[in-house]
Amino acid sequence: MTAAFNRERLILIIKRLFVHVILLIGAFFALFPFAWMILTSLKSYIEASAAQSLLPTHWLFSNYLQAWNQVGLFPRYFENTLFMAVTTTLGVLITSSLAGYAFARMRFPGRDVLFIILLSTMMVPFEVTLIPNFILMRDLHWIDHYEALIIPWTASAFSIFLLRQFFKAIPSELYDAAVLDGCTHLQFLWSIVLPLSKPALITSALFSFLGSWNSLMWPLLVTNNPVMRPLQVGITSFITDAGTEVQYLLAAVTISVIPVILIYFFLQRWFIEGVAKVGIRG
Amino acid sequence: MALSTGMHSSHHIDWIAYLYILPAFVILGIFHIFPVFYAIDISLNTGPINKFKFVGLQNYVRALSSPDFWTALANTFSFALMTIVLAMALGLLFAYLLYQGVRGQSVYRTIYFLPYVLSTVGSSIVWAWIFDPSSGLANLALKIFGIQPLRWLIEPKGVFQLIGKPFNLFVPIWMRGPSLALVAIAIFTIWQTVGYNIVILMAGLTNIPGEIYEAARLDGANSVQLFRLITFPLLSPTLFFVLVISIIGSFQSFNQIYSMNIAAAQTLGGPLGTTYTMTVYMFDQLYTYSNYGYASAIAVLLSVLILILTLINFRFIGSRTEAIE
Repeated sequence: MTAAFNRERLILIIKRLFVHVILLIGAFFALFPFAWMILTSLKSYIEASAAQSLLPTHWLFSNYLQAWNQVGLFPRYFENTLFMAVTTTLGVLITSSLAGYAFARMRFPGRDVLFIILLSTMMVPFEVTLIPNFILMRDLHWIDHYEALIIPWTASAFSIFLLRQFFKAIPSELYDAAVLDGCTHLQFLWSIVLPLSKPALITSALFSFLGSWNSLMWPLLVTNNPVMRPLQVGITSFITDAGTEVQYLLAAVTISVIPVILIYFFLQRWFIEGVAKVGIRG
Repeated sequence: MALSTGMHSSHHIDWIAYLYILPAFVILGIFHIFPVFYAIDISLNTGPINKFKFVGLQNYVRALSSPDFWTALANTFSFALMTIVLAMALGLLFAYLLYQGVRGQSVYRTIYFLPYVLSTVGSSIVWAWIFDPSSGLANLALKIFGIQPLRWLIEPKGVFQLIGKPFNLFVPIWMRGPSLALVAIAIFTIWQTVGYNIVILMAGLTNIPGEIYEAARLDGANSVQLFRLITFPLLSPTLFFVLVISIIGSFQSFNQIYSMNIAAAQTLGGPLGTTYTMTVYMFDQLYTYSNYGYASAIAVLLSVLILILTLINFRFIGSRTEAIE
């Protein structure tokens, strides 16, 4: 136990402490707005708008009931968003599994060209397709219908790419064995490939779900009738209404992010892995 | 093994494959590929839907000669510069710290990524309250440091102009910088996107083989040298990926600006048009004025701009990172 050794240890401890302090400051900034949102959503109007104390003097859980009943057509917005996000996600999973399988496992003329076309659609900014799609929705009479909110988003080049990468990594011996057993492509996909590709399926499902749940510009354009509005549009329109009470607004926002937070916490391992994988291979 | 290679090298064609890719290609074709060409077509027209009149390149000429367009372009660039540089720098810092194998690594990562998954509408309402001039927390924090309260989201003055004011400095118009309102929206956007950068950069860091570090340490390299000579060059393909994604993302930013404008009770692109970016300009022309042709021309110009920037990236930075790889 020399003095030099102790000094080195001390420096190491200080270094580690310093790293943790920076990391904690980061975590504070990431989390603080939420903590503040939830605390404010439980305050009375006077307390909420003055922002003097951090904690509410009376914890008004009834604000959530008020928000549910008073922020526009909140229950309806919630239903719309849930329906839209779930069906969009299912659609993406079905179309992407089939296409991803074909690109990973099958041989057909034009495969590579089609795959490149597919990848290039990922480069197209959303804004360019917005106006033609809007006009298309009008011509199809889909404005203010679920079709407009869902159908254009039931296929995703990103998901096809992600699943194809995953499917390709499944050993071809499994396929050969399945063929010998008289398995069709669809049976092989359903009973072997998909169960082996859970991380990729979860990642693409989460991206579709989040994209749909949080979408704003598209639903803003294709819904005029309040009854058809999803949450994000409903909440923004509520802000513009006169006499908004911030505690209800924040309670509404809290309700709108709860499903996302729950899903994120339960599936975050796969999700983060998926993001990292796609990022690296990009 | 022989069986599998034999089966795969056969010239058997799976005609059924077309049926498998059909649903995806029908959807993508109708809603994502065809509209690109249709958008170019619309941009050559003027007038209401069903009564389009062909005007050639007139919409483009009008856009390029309109001061609004150039203001929007300048705002887009300053917004992109602020968000990309800071979100990447912070992303790298936190990814690097986490990568050192600190305790609670995955907990930190989960927390940092959380803002990325939440809706922009929801978070922007919270942030608009943080930036509230009379009761917001941002001003409360400034007060602790003895700084005068600011108007944040409703402040059209340039940030450099505001910095110069207490010292009675004259700041010329071209040096005033982005409005404080745009800076506030950029701060919010950085908060939202840093987590994504952290996750991707951490994955990039874990991909660097540990043996390289050990070898360098044996050669007596210190931690600064390790970062400069090993981490940075070997991470550069990942950094490049993050840069490309960030550029595309920030030039397309709309939700952040739109929701913050609304949450701060501003007009679209306000105050005084200082948060009016290309996407806001396009949306305004489409949604408020129903100028389909003109809005399409702006969208096409924005896409061309993003495409050029991406190509420049691949040409100048991409080739260098690949050489290192």
